[in-house]
Amino acid sequence: MSQNPRIKFILGGVMMLAAVVYLIVSSTQVSAQYFMTVNELKEKRSEALGRELRVSGAIVGESIQYDPQTLTLKFTVAHVPGDNAQIEREGGLGVVLHEAVTDPTRARIDVVYVGVRPDLMRNEAQAIMTGKLGEDGVFYADELLLKCPTKYEEAVPEQAEG
Amino acid sequence: MLADFGYGILVITFLVSIYAIFASVFGQVKKSQKWIESSRLAMQLTFPLTTLASLVMIYLLVSNDYNVSFVYQVSSRAMPTYLKVTALWGGQAGSLLFWSWLLSLFMTAVTLRKWDRDREFLPWVVLVASITLAFFIGLNVFYENPFTRFWQTFSGVTPATFRPAGAIPFTPADGSGLNPLLRHPGMIIHPPMLYLGFVGFVIPYAFAIAALVTGRTDDRWTHITRRWTLWAWLFLSLGLVLGGRWAYDVLGWGGYWGWDPVEIAAFMPWLTGTAFLHSVMIQEKRGMLKHWNMILVILTYSLVIFGTFLTRSGVLSSVHSFAQSAIGPAFFIFIGLTFFASAALLIWRWPELKAEAQMTSVLSREALFLLNNLLFIAILVVCFWGVIFPLISELVTGAKVTVGPPFYERATGPLFAALVLLMGVAPLSAWGHSTLKTLGKAIVRPLVAAVIVMAAILVYFVLNPHLINGYFPYAVIGLFVTIMTAFVTLYEFWRAAEARSRAQKENIFVSLWRLAGRNRRRYGGYTIHLGVILMAVGIIGIEMFQTETQGTIAKNQSIQLAGYTMTFKELQEFDLLDARGAPMQNVTRATVDVHQNGQYLTTLYPRRDYYYDSEQPMTIPGVRSTMQDDFYILLVDWQPMSNIGATFKVYHNPMVNWLWFGSAIFILGTFIAAWPEKDPEKAPARARKSSLAYQPGD
Repeated sequence: MSQNPRIKFILGGVMMLAAVVYLIVSSTQVSAQYFMTVNELKEKRSEALGRELRVSGAIVGESIQYDPQTLTLKFTVAHVPGDNAQIEREGGLGVVLHEAVTDPTRARIDVVYVGVRPDLMRNEAQAIMTGKLGEDGVFYADELLLKCPTKYEEAVPEQAEG
Repeated sequence: MLADFGYGILVITFLVSIYAIFASVFGQVKKSQKWIESSRLAMQLTFPLTTLASLVMIYLLVSNDYNVSFVYQVSSRAMPTYLKVTALWGGQAGSLLFWSWLLSLFMTAVTLRKWDRDREFLPWVVLVASITLAFFIGLNVFYENPFTRFWQTFSGVTPATFRPAGAIPFTPADGSGLNPLLRHPGMIIHPPMLYLGFVGFVIPYAFAIAALVTGRTDDRWTHITRRWTLWAWLFLSLGLVLGGRWAYDVLGWGGYWGWDPVEIAAFMPWLTGTAFLHSVMIQEKRGMLKHWNMILVILTYSLVIFGTFLTRSGVLSSVHSFAQSAIGPAFFIFIGLTFFASAALLIWRWPELKAEAQMTSVLSREALFLLNNLLFIAILVVCFWGVIFPLISELVTGAKVTVGPPFYERATGPLFAALVLLMGVAPLSAWGHSTLKTLGKAIVRPLVAAVIVMAAILVYFVLNPHLINGYFPYAVIGLFVTIMTAFVTLYEFWRAAEARSRAQKENIFVSLWRLAGRNRRRYGGYTIHLGVILMAVGIIGIEMFQTETQGTIAKNQSIQLAGYTMTFKELQEFDLLDARGAPMQNVTRATVDVHQNGQYLTTLYPRRDYYYDSEQPMTIPGVRSTMQDDFYILLVDWQPMSNIGATFKVYHNPMVNWLWFGSAIFILGTFIAAWPEKDPEKAPARARKSSLAYQPGD
């Protein structure tokens, strides 16, 4: 009798541990998204195909096409570094985005997104997209987040720059 | 200059808290009551000091002093005064100051109590509080000075604490304005509540450390801090709920919780705090789980600091994050030091914290409480894993991999369901020993009731097969567990009230009222459980049965969803003026009629406001809200030239109001449990005896 409950407790604990580990491992596998830059998408295409990806890039303003009837948004993004520290080294997000768009030699990729056109969809905004790379080389985004280095985030007033 | 005065106050506060640290240690070493008393007074002095610093900041905000860069960042002339005041926590530096202010308020309040019986705790409580405060004030003093001013130099304008050589002060004409998303009543109260919850948990931690150091490892520390912990927990819960409500009203994605790293950061200390509130009862009743309670309190404190760190350091990208900041390493070091110091103390006292009794039965109340704790910790592990997974995977494989909301939903769903089930079963079990037979006997009536209700729900779904989707099996399991727990909890209330009403010959409602008054902790707890059940129904409703559609339509055209028809009638555009008569925001407002089965229900006005000062838009949904469902319309786009077409996103959120209603019950229950009880010595002996006699399940 004295041994019995202890075994039950240990058994219960082990079962629970196994259940939690299973939940974490299987859920991680199901929902993992790989961060890739536009460069990496171009270089490691075979690796990227079929995977859930998260890609960040600078929006090229003149490429934006939006059809409000079908809610289809098409645009092109240019490569930006994926590493925050590197962005900081190159002069901050605003500078990096501007250079990415104005530099014609940068790797670029076409994106298709079906949904409402977000407010911040404009030239030199940073797009963070979740989705899959199509066989046609177009990135089909399910989710689209935009970031702008706006006035709000800058500590220094604009009128005094330069 | 007032800003310099404010900074001076911060420096003095920092020095005073450093003094409190040394005085308490010195007093302890020298066994000098004088020094200990001095450290306590120093601790208490930080409250008027931080109050003064905060008032200076608020004055600068209200008086539009844009020479101060923080004021420039979070405020503008167009903003009403109350928003200028609350802009104190609208940015990083100010919110750190606000954090310190609340912390010194709490710690002063707790050191004002009578210490006669617990004199040995005092210096250590003061020590822990002062270290924490010194750290946060230090962040303000050394890294994030809220009183930094703009200076015009030859190369341009720079923000600096001290005047650079040859520079003159620079004052912009207007501020850049608070982010419009933060100009919502929910967002005004949400951060203070969250912070109150955060700093509140410093108190149980301080006493736990005092208990470890002094070796007074009985229940004294849990007794002293019980009510403080409940209040901290209340504020934290309120903060989380308000954050959810804010997201639902403002963020315009038809949801309330997005598993954003920062949301999780606030949720993690709540998980350990909730586990602690439960397991501390086992320590008080049975003298068990003492180690475990220490671990939970230490974890909660570390997670509170970690949570503040995640929000404030910009280490993780998130909608909440402020810009990248230098305070990351400082936080990291502080968390590491306090965590390892606490862990070392715990290991040192490990043998003295031995349990006074042994767990013998797997179905006993204490074993089920332990299971409850393990489930909370399991959810914590899932959350923690999700948050740090990108960092780990980058270290190990070099590839940046992240997990999104599906990960959390999938991994925590079964754990939450198990928690709800346990919430029903555990109150039925007995302390010490229970068997399946006794449990089964208690559960049979609620079970039958639950089966009947569930059958009715299934019939409803069979009659409305279009509602059945891929989540249906999970929804059925979730609903059944929830309904059964609801019946068990209600049955518990009824059983006790009925027994009392028969014995005392009272009306049953009078009995219920008096019972709850006699045993606030128990019935407050059950009320909280009822709130959780209602919330669970709402969550199942919106998470598993939400439908959405979107479309661009011309005037008098319609979109249909879930039996509702919305018809676009009109689009208006106008400016809203601020108090001075200047345009503050541009409003584009659609007029939408809502019909159901051909019957007119209401007219909604989804709109989009564009704020001139911060150059940011804000989407305000039009919502028809009932207990049954919310019909939620967002105006997302329009064609300004023709003024005929507009794009709408429409959500149908079944039962979501149950979530808010349940939250209110939850908070009410916490109030009941946390409200100060009458001194037990003064209550008439007879009443105490009878209330003891009619406590089923005790």
